[in-house]
Amino acid sequence: MTAAKIENKNFFGRFLATAKSNPIVVLLVAVSFVVGFTVPNFFSWGNLGNLISNTAIRFLIALGVSGCLITKGTDLSAGRQVGLAACIAGVLIQRGDYTGRLFKGIPEMNMWLVFLIVLVVGAFIGCVNGLIISRLKVPPFITTLGTQTIVYGICLVFTDAQPIGGFQSVYTRLITGRIGSVSGFYLPYLLFVAVVFGLFFWFLYNKTCHGKYMYAIGGNEVAAEVSGVNTKNTVLKIYIIAGVMYAIAGYLLAAKSGGASASMGMGYELEAIAGCTIGGVSTTGGIGTVPGVLVGVLVFELLKIVLQFLGVNPYYNYVVQGLVIVVAVALDIRKYIAKK
Amino acid sequence: MSEYLLEMKNVSKAFPGVQALSNAQLQLKPGHVHALMGENGAGKSTLMKCMFGIYKMDKGQIYIDGQPVTIKDPMEALSKGIAMVHQELQPIPARTIGENIFLGRYPMKKLLGFIPVVDHDKMYDDTAKLLKKVKLRFNPRQMEGTLSISQMQLVEIAKAVSANCRVLILDEPTSSLTQNEVESLFNIIEDLKNEGVAIVYISHKMDEILRISDEVTIMRDGQYIGTWEAKELTTASIITKMVGRELKNLYPPRENVPGEVVFEVKDFTSINPKSFRHVSFNVRKGEILGIGGLVGAQRTELMEGLFGIRSHKAGKIFLHGKELKVNRPKDAIDQGVALLTESRRTSGIMGVLSVADNISISSLKKYLDYNICINSKKVENLVQENVKKMNIKTPSSKTQIQSLSGGNQQKVIIGRWLANDPDVLILDEPTRGIDVGAKYEIYCIIADLAKQGKSVLMITSEMGELLGMSDRIMVMCDGKCTGIIDGKGATQEQVMALATQFD
Repeated sequence: MTAAKIENKNFFGRFLATAKSNPIVVLLVAVSFVVGFTVPNFFSWGNLGNLISNTAIRFLIALGVSGCLITKGTDLSAGRQVGLAACIAGVLIQRGDYTGRLFKGIPEMNMWLVFLIVLVVGAFIGCVNGLIISRLKVPPFITTLGTQTIVYGICLVFTDAQPIGGFQSVYTRLITGRIGSVSGFYLPYLLFVAVVFGLFFWFLYNKTCHGKYMYAIGGNEVAAEVSGVNTKNTVLKIYIIAGVMYAIAGYLLAAKSGGASASMGMGYELEAIAGCTIGGVSTTGGIGTVPGVLVGVLVFELLKIVLQFLGVNPYYNYVVQGLVIVVAVALDIRKYIAKK
Repeated sequence: MSEYLLEMKNVSKAFPGVQALSNAQLQLKPGHVHALMGENGAGKSTLMKCMFGIYKMDKGQIYIDGQPVTIKDPMEALSKGIAMVHQELQPIPARTIGENIFLGRYPMKKLLGFIPVVDHDKMYDDTAKLLKKVKLRFNPRQMEGTLSISQMQLVEIAKAVSANCRVLILDEPTSSLTQNEVESLFNIIEDLKNEGVAIVYISHKMDEILRISDEVTIMRDGQYIGTWEAKELTTASIITKMVGRELKNLYPPRENVPGEVVFEVKDFTSINPKSFRHVSFNVRKGEILGIGGLVGAQRTELMEGLFGIRSHKAGKIFLHGKELKVNRPKDAIDQGVALLTESRRTSGIMGVLSVADNISISSLKKYLDYNICINSKKVENLVQENVKKMNIKTPSSKTQIQSLSGGNQQKVIIGRWLANDPDVLILDEPTRGIDVGAKYEIYCIIADLAKQGKSVLMITSEMGELLGMSDRIMVMCDGKCTGIIDGKGATQEQVMALATQFD
C-alpha cells in the first residue's frame, strides 16, 4: 500500500518520502551545509578529495561486511583483517635499499604480485570464517570475535609490533594519485576504485543468483534451504568475498597512510557496521542496498570532517559518532515497528 | 451450592475468518474426570484456553462454585485454582527441575533481614516432596534438559499439581508417554480425584477415555454436541458423535484420471524412534493422495523426510521407477519433487523480500543471461503469468510478500514450486489460515494440477477437505500408516477409526 503511494508521486514527492524515511541523512546534510557556509574552506576541492579518499576505503570495508549483515551475521574481524593486509603489503613492498626493512632476506617485490598475495591471504581468512559459521554453525559474532583476535595476534607476531615504512614510490604514488591539482579540480584515483567496486557489488547483489540467495537467506534461512538454495556455500562465499574486500582496503590503506602497523584498522569493523546500518541495512536480515551502504559510510565520514572543521575536541568525536549510531538505528527500527 | 465445581456457558470465540467456538459449554464435577473430545479444530483447546485466561471470550460466562467469575489471564486462573498442562511444553532446559516447577513464583526469604532472595533450600525441598507425590524419582537439582520429553511432561504435571489446583486441565498428556508412564499418570489422576480435583482430560485415545473418564463432552466445529456418562459410550458411538456432520459441496469437480505409478515409498523409517516408521505407499500420475490423521500423527515429519529436511534410517523412494536418494531438499527439487511446507511463516515466505524474489528463488537458474546475469524481464513474466493464472492479488511484483493476505502468499509459494515444473507436489496443509474464498481457489489450482498429470500428495487436518479432494486417502496414526482407502466411498467414520488406531 505504502509502496504504491510512493510510486504515484512525482519526483519531489518521492524525494520528500525518501527524506522522511532517512532523517539522520537529512540532518547531516543540513548540518554540513550550515558548516559549509559558516566555516571557510569546507566547500573546496581539497576537502572533497579528502572526503572521497577517506570514504572510498571505508566503503570497500562496508561492502564486505554488508553481505554478512544481510544474512543476519556480522564480521568483527574486518578491521584486523584490514590491518593484516596493510602490514603484509607494507612489509613486502618496502624498498630494497630501505635501511629499516623488516625482512632483509627477501627481494624487492612487484606491487601487483604483492596485491595478489594480499588477496589470497584475505580470501583464506574469509574462508576460515565462512567454514566455521556455515559448517560448524558457530554464531558469526563469536566466530569473528575469535578470528579478530587471532588475526591481530598473527599481525603482531609477524611485524614484531614494529611500524613499517619505506614503501616503493610506484605503490604510494599510484594509489594516492589524483586527477587535477589540490588547489583546483581534484579527484583521487580511489574514487574510481570505489565506483568500480560499487558497481560490481550492485551487480552481484541485484543481478546474480548469489545475490538473490543472500537476500533469501537473510529473509528466511529455512525457507531458502527448503527452496533448494545451497545456504552453506552461499554463506561461505559471502565471508570469502568479505575477506577479499578487507584485503583490498588494507592494501590501499597502507599506501594512503604511507606506512603500516599492527594497530592499523582497529575499530574499522564497527565503523563499517555502523555505516551499513545508517544506510538502511537491516539488523534483522534480508534488507540492504549498495547505494544505502554508500550513503551510510559517506554520512559517517562527513560527520567526522564536519566535527573537525567545527574545531570540536577530537575526543568528542567518539561521543558524537556513538550517538549517531544509536539514534540512526533507533529511527530505522521505528520504521519496521510502525509497519506492524 | 452448585453441583458443579466449574461451569462454562454459552462460550463464543471468533478468530479472523473463523468462528472457533459458538455457544460451547462445559460442566465439571469435583472428583470427576471429564473427557473433552472432538476432531482437529473442533475447539477443544480453544475452550480450555478461554478457561485458563489465555484467550478472551467474545461471549459467555464462567462460574466457579455457582458464582460468576472472570478470568483475564493465566495468573488469575492459577489463583482461582485452575491449572493446565499444555500440549506443547515450554520448559527451560538449562535450568533445574525445581526452578522449572517454581518459575515465576519462587519461594523468597530475606537475607540479613531485608534483601529479598530466592529461598533455594525451601524450593528444592518442596520440589522433592512434589516429585515424591507424583512418584517421580529425580533429583530436584537435575537440569530439566537431561530429562526425556515424557519425563518433562510428568514434571509439568507435577508443576500443575503443586499449584494446589481444584481444576486440572490435561491437554493430550499421554501423546509422548510410554505405557508405564501412562499407568503412573493414571495413578496420579486417581489420587487427585480422591482429593476432589476436577480433571479435564483431552485425548484422542478411545481406550484411555473409556477407562479413566467419568463423563465425556463431545465438540464439533466449535459447537457443543453433548455430554454423556462414559459408561454409556463405546468407541464407535463416540466417533459417530464426533464426525456426525454433513459435508457440503465446497470442492471443485475434478477431471483428473490417475495413470501409472510415479512416486513410490517403501518402508520409510525415521532416525527418531517416535517419528514415522515403516511407511509404504505410492502415488499415480494425475492422482491426489490425501494424507489424513490426527495432529501429531507424524505426517509432516514423513513428508519432510521424503524431501530431505529430516533424516531417515531405512526405506527407499522411487521416482519413475528409479531410486531417488534424498539427503537435502536440493536433491529432491532437482529430481522434480516440490514441498509446500506446513508453516508458511517459518519455512515458506521470505517476508521482507518482494513477490518477485519469493516466486523466483527456487528456479533462478532458468532466467540467466550469459549464465550469470538474471534477466529481470523473465522474472517479471513469471510473476505476471502466475498473477494471471492463480488470480494473485498484489499491488506490484516489488511488493513485500508479508503485506499480502495469507491466501495470496500461499499462491505465490505454489507459483514458486510450479516454476520448477515438478512431477510430484507435496502440499502440507495447503489451506491452513486461509479464508474460505481463497480456499476454493486453491482447491481449483490443486484439481487443475492433477488434471495436468502431476502427482499430488496433500496433508490435511480438515476432514471435509480430505474426503472432498482425495482420489485415495492414506491415514496415519502415531508414525505409522494405518490404512489406505479409496477416496470415493470413504466416510468420516472410516478415516477417524484408522486415525485413532493406536497400539
